[in-house]
Amino acid sequence: MSLKLGVPSKGRLMEKSFAWFEKHGITLTRTGSDREYAGHVDGVDGVSLVLLSAGEIPRELAAGRIHLGITGTDLVHEKLPRWEQQVEEIAPLGFGQADLIIAVPACWVDVDTLDDLDAASSAFRERHGHRLRIATKYHRLVREFLTDAGVADFALVDSQGATEGTVKNETAEAIADITSTGETLRANHLKILGDGVILKSQATLWRSRTAVYEPPEKQSLDAILDRLE
Amino acid sequence: MRNRAETLELAARLRGHFERAGAAPVETPILQPAETLLDLYGENIRGRAYVTSDALRGEQMLRPDFTVPVVQKHMEHGAEPARYTYAGEVFRRQEHDSDRANEYVQVGYEVFDRENPAAADAEVFALISQALEGYQLRAATGDIGVLMAAVQGLRTTERRKAALMRHIWRPRRFRALLDRFGGRAKTPPTRAALLATSDPMATDVPFVGKRSNAEIADRIEALRADAAAEPISDNELAGLETLLSVRETMPFALEHLRDVAVDLPQITVALDRLEARIDALQARGVDVGSLDFEASYGRTSMEYYDGFVFGFYAERRPDLPPIATGGRYDALTRRLGNGAEIPAVGGVLRPDLMLEIKEAAA
Repeated sequence: MSLKLGVPSKGRLMEKSFAWFEKHGITLTRTGSDREYAGHVDGVDGVSLVLLSAGEIPRELAAGRIHLGITGTDLVHEKLPRWEQQVEEIAPLGFGQADLIIAVPACWVDVDTLDDLDAASSAFRERHGHRLRIATKYHRLVREFLTDAGVADFALVDSQGATEGTVKNETAEAIADITSTGETLRANHLKILGDGVILKSQATLWRSRTAVYEPPEKQSLDAILDRLE
Repeated sequence: MRNRAETLELAARLRGHFERAGAAPVETPILQPAETLLDLYGENIRGRAYVTSDALRGEQMLRPDFTVPVVQKHMEHGAEPARYTYAGEVFRRQEHDSDRANEYVQVGYEVFDRENPAAADAEVFALISQALEGYQLRAATGDIGVLMAAVQGLRTTERRKAALMRHIWRPRRFRALLDRFGGRAKTPPTRAALLATSDPMATDVPFVGKRSNAEIADRIEALRADAAAEPISDNELAGLETLLSVRETMPFALEHLRDVAVDLPQITVALDRLEARIDALQARGVDVGSLDFEASYGRTSMEYYDGFVFGFYAERRPDLPPIATGGRYDALTRRLGNGAEIPAVGGVLRPDLMLEIKEAAA
């Protein structure tokens, strides 16, 4: 057995994760062809690299199939109920920053806060006979945030991509999605509610609390943690 | 998990207890159309119930309680008055506490009767109380109807009253609205800026979405009207404050609330109902002198109740949810009745928890 380290398998997240480890004297490399998801770890013994979709890393950590994993705070909080009991945050990595926010059309000049959104939802439901729809893929986080804030008469509709476009297409009245620069929101004539930031997320290194740590894995883990200090 | 056979046996005995009191046994499907429940409870229900679907019938929910389907059944073709009992599994998603059961048996008793609501309240409470004799539970009661009457009679705009009524089950939101309508909370800067603009709709932002310009203009007008309205008086606010803090044994609570009615006379009719209920409970042999009444009881988790509410708790097991709960839900029959309505009250027991307490005591 070896200590399994899960890293996002694609694009900038993978490159930046590799660079972050490099800074700490641990070299991660992909092996084989460009399309093959295999890798290699130099600098600590007994660690194997597992390349995975960032969205699957929370689940794999919770199941204990990987010991360490890099993924966003947003995905861990959304996918793992009571995440503190399943994973431990080891280090924020300082990249992949994004906020999970609630945005409404910029033309809603009367809506700037959650309080306004609640009042608008009530009137909207009366007028249109259905609840005000919010498009998102973060169902649990958004539902709990809005319920906690006392917003009623909303409905969440699932949107796995191009969420900002749902308002113009009239399949939703508002959205809850990840944004880093706000560029896409502005381009789609949306604005963020003043108190509508649900979560500030960034790429983070997590440790699974459920994985099995035999002496060799424990040793490798300690070696990695030493490097990070 | 409790021994299932034992739980079912106790459930059957409890149902027998309700049948002897005149209830007809009733069955409901486990799969319920999700739309009705979503309409009633909002998006929130998705966090508490299991949702599944098929291509033909769309979204279905695993029955999170019996009350809604029993009310629907009665409103469709029930004769009056009616008494029903049922026993069966309900399913509740648990996302915060894995120790709480996500599937358990409920036994219930529901009364649909126009004649004498106070007597029906007392009947349900007394029957459930009898079933729980010997379990050493603490009973708590309340009455959402008193708070509702207080809000509906406030000397303020209809729009404000509607907003307060809409959030009566969300205490924090209710409080925030009350502070604003009472002039105690500062106007948020964004709102102040909006109201200070002579033509806020004159922007170069392109219009998108289904919420129309007319709706935005309507809300701005409503906000202007609200800003011009007098704040709710300190006298009324203080009355509401006192009302919400009442927490005493039933007869003293009534006395205390009668004092509140000097400032909030609109609650008098609701208090007469409370008094009639106390008499009816006494007539059923309930020791009302030691029965707790909390004016804010049932404001969080019991969204369809709009009058009498109650719960039974194992004091030595604060980790357990209530062993029994119930209350009056006249408004629910109105919402599910397509124009028809009937006063209704009911309650449910948890036989699995009863066995757990008994076992621990033995």
